[in-house]
Amino acid sequence: MRMTPFLSLLARDIRLATRAGGSVALALAFFAAMATLVPLGVGNDLKLLARAAAGVLWVAAVLAALLSLNRLFQADFEDGSLDLIALSPLSLESVAAAKILGHWLTTGLPLTLLSPLLGLMFGLPPEAIAVLTVSLLIGTPAVSALGAIGAGLTLTIRRGGLILPLLVLPLLAPAVIFGAGAVRGVLDGLSNGALLFLAAFALAATVLSPFAAAAAVRLNLAG
Amino acid sequence: MPVFNRSGRVAQLQFLTVDRLTAIRGQRVLFRDLSFRVQAGQVLSLEGPNGAGKTTLLRMIAGLMAPAAGTIAIATDADVADDSEERGKRIGWLGHLDGAKSQLTPREALAFYARLYDTHGAIDEALALAGLTKIADLPCQYLSAGQKKRLALARLKLSGRAVWLLDEPLSSLDAEGRKLVAEIVSAHRLYGGIVIAATHEPLGVECVRMTLGGGA
Repeated sequence: MRMTPFLSLLARDIRLATRAGGSVALALAFFAAMATLVPLGVGNDLKLLARAAAGVLWVAAVLAALLSLNRLFQADFEDGSLDLIALSPLSLESVAAAKILGHWLTTGLPLTLLSPLLGLMFGLPPEAIAVLTVSLLIGTPAVSALGAIGAGLTLTIRRGGLILPLLVLPLLAPAVIFGAGAVRGVLDGLSNGALLFLAAFALAATVLSPFAAAAAVRLNLAG
Repeated sequence: MPVFNRSGRVAQLQFLTVDRLTAIRGQRVLFRDLSFRVQAGQVLSLEGPNGAGKTTLLRMIAGLMAPAAGTIAIATDADVADDSEERGKRIGWLGHLDGAKSQLTPREALAFYARLYDTHGAIDEALALAGLTKIADLPCQYLSAGQKKRLALARLKLSGRAVWLLDEPLSSLDAEGRKLVAEIVSAHRLYGGIVIAATHEPLGVECVRMTLGGGA
């Protein structure tokens, strides 16, 4: 793989996501708004909130990341950029990898960095906050990676943004189970292997997804 | 015109050949057993009514779409690229969509594509050629359709690719813009490149004409 084209695509995607109208601010605001709404609904039982925190924050992070995923390839498809990118020296697999990395750097990573603050609002103890942050750091790449497959598959579907979550959310169940499970383990004073399972799941998803996403994009470009 | 082949060596472009190509879109046969050859230094003007399959043919040559039957190859004096991946790396593409990102400026867009295509073309020169110097640092959302087309032409020129595929290159361009198309196409031809253009209007360049649809 040649580095200059890969890095140029990554840099462009990050630039587009962080400019006005980009997806970074939107994802962060959505994440924070959801995490603020849940306590309003659940009430001020701190013990209950602390137990629900990991699950709520994980689900909020997944949904916030999904918000911008349907545009991952579609924005470039609609204005013709995807044809130009497909004809570049980069293979579509590398293109998918660059886009997944760009999406994670502009959503998964900022969400992870914001999560300690929200964890504090839920009354999580410091050691649980640390595990929550680590679990998001490990798990959110899988959200971007598996989401890219959905983005590739729904590329030519109008309103694909509505179908994408239906395709991707079931695939993300393991990430939510192990991610939130790791935090509950800390609250219960148990050591469980949830973080290791999460890491294994995320690793497999991140490594294999670019191939599946590229195949889906290739199919849709030809259609 | 020089082409870098798989091993990174420089080879000379010789011809593009299409052999018994068949295209089917939604159970309708667009064309059947289409064969032709374009030599290096030739311009092929692709004509025909709407829906005759001009864009489909261009996408098949670029390797973006697979034909129902037939083969397409781009040959140099060293090798023959006949699979879609290898072909795509020799294609300069100008589609009917302009590929301009509203948040990026023309200069940023060209710098991105120069790095993406790993070419070392001069961005300022390409901007000047397309008459975009004055608006080089204005976000593309403020550009007119014609200016975006000019940006696409600058990008094409910068790509350094040997086989140019143009889909309606003259649309939304003013008289000067049309002259620009004629200029860069004839320069590419003289340099030994290949140009295939789907168009409804004369390009203003010495070319071979082929009509799709109707009889085909």
